[in-house]
Amino acid sequence: MEPEPETLNTPNGDAPTPHRPITNPDSLLDVESYSSLYTGRTKITRLLFIADRCGVVSMQLEALRMAYDEVKKSDNTQLFREVVSKIDGRLGDGYGPDPDWSAAVERKADARKDKLENELNAYRTNLIKESIRMGYNDFGDFYYAHGALGDAFKNYVRTRDYCTTAKHIIHMCLNAILVSIEMGQFTHVTSYVSKAEQSPEAVEPIVAAKLRCAAGLAHLEAKKYKLAARMFLETHPELGNNYSEVIAAQDVATYGGLCALASFDRAELKAKVIDNINFRNFLELVPEVRELIHDFYSSHYASCLDYLGSLKANLLLDIHLHDHVDTLYDQIRSKALIQYTHPFVSVDMRKMADAFKTNVAGLEKELESLITENQIQARIDSHNKILYARHADQRNATFQRVLQTGNEFDRDVKAMLLRANLIKNEFYSKQSKKLHNF
Amino acid sequence: MNLNMNSAESIVAQIQALSTTPRDISQLHSFLKQSDDLIRSESTRLAPSLAQLDPSIHSLGYLYILDACTSGPSAKEQANEHVRTIARFVKACSTEQIRLAPEKFVSICRRLKDQVMFLAAPIRGIAPMLTAIRKLQSSTEHLTTLHPDFLLLCLSAKCYKNGLSILEDDIYEVDQPRDLLLYGYYGGMICIGQKRFRKALELLHSVVTAPMTNMSAIAVEAYKKYILVSLIHLGQFNATVPKYASTVAQRNLKNFTQPYLELAVSYGTGKVTELETCIRQHREKFQNDNNFGLVRQVVSSIYKRNIQRLTQTYLTLSLEGIANSVQLSSPKEAEMHVLQMIQDGEIHATINQKDGMVRFLEDPEQYKSCAMIERIDSSIERMMKLSKKLTATDELMSCDPAYLSRVGKERAPRLDFDDYDPVPQKFSM
Repeated sequence: MEPEPETLNTPNGDAPTPHRPITNPDSLLDVESYSSLYTGRTKITRLLFIADRCGVVSMQLEALRMAYDEVKKSDNTQLFREVVSKIDGRLGDGYGPDPDWSAAVERKADARKDKLENELNAYRTNLIKESIRMGYNDFGDFYYAHGALGDAFKNYVRTRDYCTTAKHIIHMCLNAILVSIEMGQFTHVTSYVSKAEQSPEAVEPIVAAKLRCAAGLAHLEAKKYKLAARMFLETHPELGNNYSEVIAAQDVATYGGLCALASFDRAELKAKVIDNINFRNFLELVPEVRELIHDFYSSHYASCLDYLGSLKANLLLDIHLHDHVDTLYDQIRSKALIQYTHPFVSVDMRKMADAFKTNVAGLEKELESLITENQIQARIDSHNKILYARHADQRNATFQRVLQTGNEFDRDVKAMLLRANLIKNEFYSKQSKKLHNF
Repeated sequence: MNLNMNSAESIVAQIQALSTTPRDISQLHSFLKQSDDLIRSESTRLAPSLAQLDPSIHSLGYLYILDACTSGPSAKEQANEHVRTIARFVKACSTEQIRLAPEKFVSICRRLKDQVMFLAAPIRGIAPMLTAIRKLQSSTEHLTTLHPDFLLLCLSAKCYKNGLSILEDDIYEVDQPRDLLLYGYYGGMICIGQKRFRKALELLHSVVTAPMTNMSAIAVEAYKKYILVSLIHLGQFNATVPKYASTVAQRNLKNFTQPYLELAVSYGTGKVTELETCIRQHREKFQNDNNFGLVRQVVSSIYKRNIQRLTQTYLTLSLEGIANSVQLSSPKEAEMHVLQMIQDGEIHATINQKDGMVRFLEDPEQYKSCAMIERIDSSIERMMKLSKKLTATDELMSCDPAYLSRVGKERAPRLDFDDYDPVPQKFSM
């Protein structure tokens, strides 16, 4: 399946005016084109996730319908039953519980399992490493196809003892990563990524890109946005649609872009995102993200915030990003505020409020919390509504610290000597008691 | 020497005879120890003979007889008399002689304390008690058993200032662990009364972290006050008990002080309403613990803390803005708070009453004045002395046979080695 660029109707970034109105801010996610980006199980789980979260009945049913079609192609009867129960007969007879199909699939599965078991036993008696590895691998594939992720993981990992070449190891790692991502076990993902990267031979660029994506996802889940951004930014564009069972190229652009905005400083943003030729290929796929990064860098905050606002609804439907949207957005907004104030000695808060599409009182509150967290070194002249930069006096601060540290030292050492003496006394009195007893 | 052991007169005669040279005195001491029972039984007959003895010359003998005479229960009139005699004796007695029988001396001082408490005139005990402590202690670093009693008298008489005089000494030597707990607790209360919160924190902290094998009620009460004072003085409270505290303290303190910890959490939010809800909820507990006064101070400190926070963020702010953000009811009230804080030197600001604006200023201290340099200099000197002491203690400890044998014998000694560490890592010099 060819991945289509998600939005064809947006102008090609030739000369977008900074405050260009967003084409269709309330546009709902086009489920069809979205799902076409993915293959395999992730397509189904993503569709189900959208159905759960979107809150619009028509969209929900569309997503469920596609999920039904997709799941029918697979061997996963468990997931099939889940989808059917979610549809709940709302899509007519064509989408009901299909007991014949389920029974057939399960019968086939049992037969296949027996066959695999026999084969594996035969290999094991012959002690041919490569065959045993294949046997376990087939078992892994089998369990994975049927949705028994835990067993699949176990079998894939078991192949490790029978790996003879670096290629095999990488294959094992990729399988383990795939299953772990689906199980949501992102610590496993990190460890298998590093295992794969330790391989002595140079990995192919596509594999390297896959590993980067997986590591990026793991860091994203762990809320390490900066590391996640680095991983996504280092992803080679050859990834294309080769990893569609986990992630689409568009996602790399969105995740990488947003994480970078939230965690990088200006210089890093320029060097690692805007001037990054590899990553530009990804950004071309999602023009909104590209535009908002450029707007952010060129300080067109209002337009940047507009883009973010229009993207939000869709991002909340993303299976990996939804938990982090709010945090990332908050961080990006704070970053923007900080960056805005940074070059000035004094800032007129009215103008600043305009730039951020908010009112002065709201801005004052936001600035106040940023100053309290020591993110902005400035003070607010609330009378004239002006923000003044504040330069900390190093000399005074040092004096203050020195005196304070001295006092703490004094206090702690005295307390320590006292305690030491007490313990000593207690020790002696115990000893003298012992002596008396003898 | 042919002694008639049976008569009171002979005891007095002995005392009179053997009170000059140190050799005589030690002889007298052993004699008195032997005849202690006799002195007790003959106490009524011996009492008048006190008049024949000079407390400054015959201190040791006087002490033994006085102890025996005052031991029984006494009526009000008698108690009065006892207080007078003991006070006179404490004032006059010779330091060398009473140190020979410290337990006797402690016992008459205790009696003095009991009697003045009985007479409901604790103030009368303060001066003699202070003299007694000074005479009994070998150095100012020595904590005697009388310290807590003295502080208790100061507390009961509300003479906090007198109490401060001994609290200023740094204590390193302790006879009884329990003394230290009471000393720290009473001392902490006196410092709170004098608003010397830093010292109070130090004292209470030493109680909480004192080595102990069983949970002490004193430590629990001290911890409650420690939480409150740390909120008032520092504006925050760190709920982790330091790891050098005893294991029982680390394990149990939290369970006994739940309402106080909740108070600290609600204080941490910086919201007055939350703090007040929490106080209302636990009001009875606080009142039963006699800590409600401190709790009220905590409330007023949260306003201060919030205003101080504003000085970090604002250059100018209207009184109304202050009132809004720290949840005071009116600009007028905000003005009162700001004014008070300026007066106390807690913030640097000016109020413009014409338009109701407060302008916050930076700390004017430039660390350039002679006084400041002198202060820093004296600090450095103090630190150097302290670290010398630390090294000396460390050396002493590493030569201590008991310590060495213990460390050698057991691979995992039960002693807390942090306490023996010469200089903790963060202070390494």
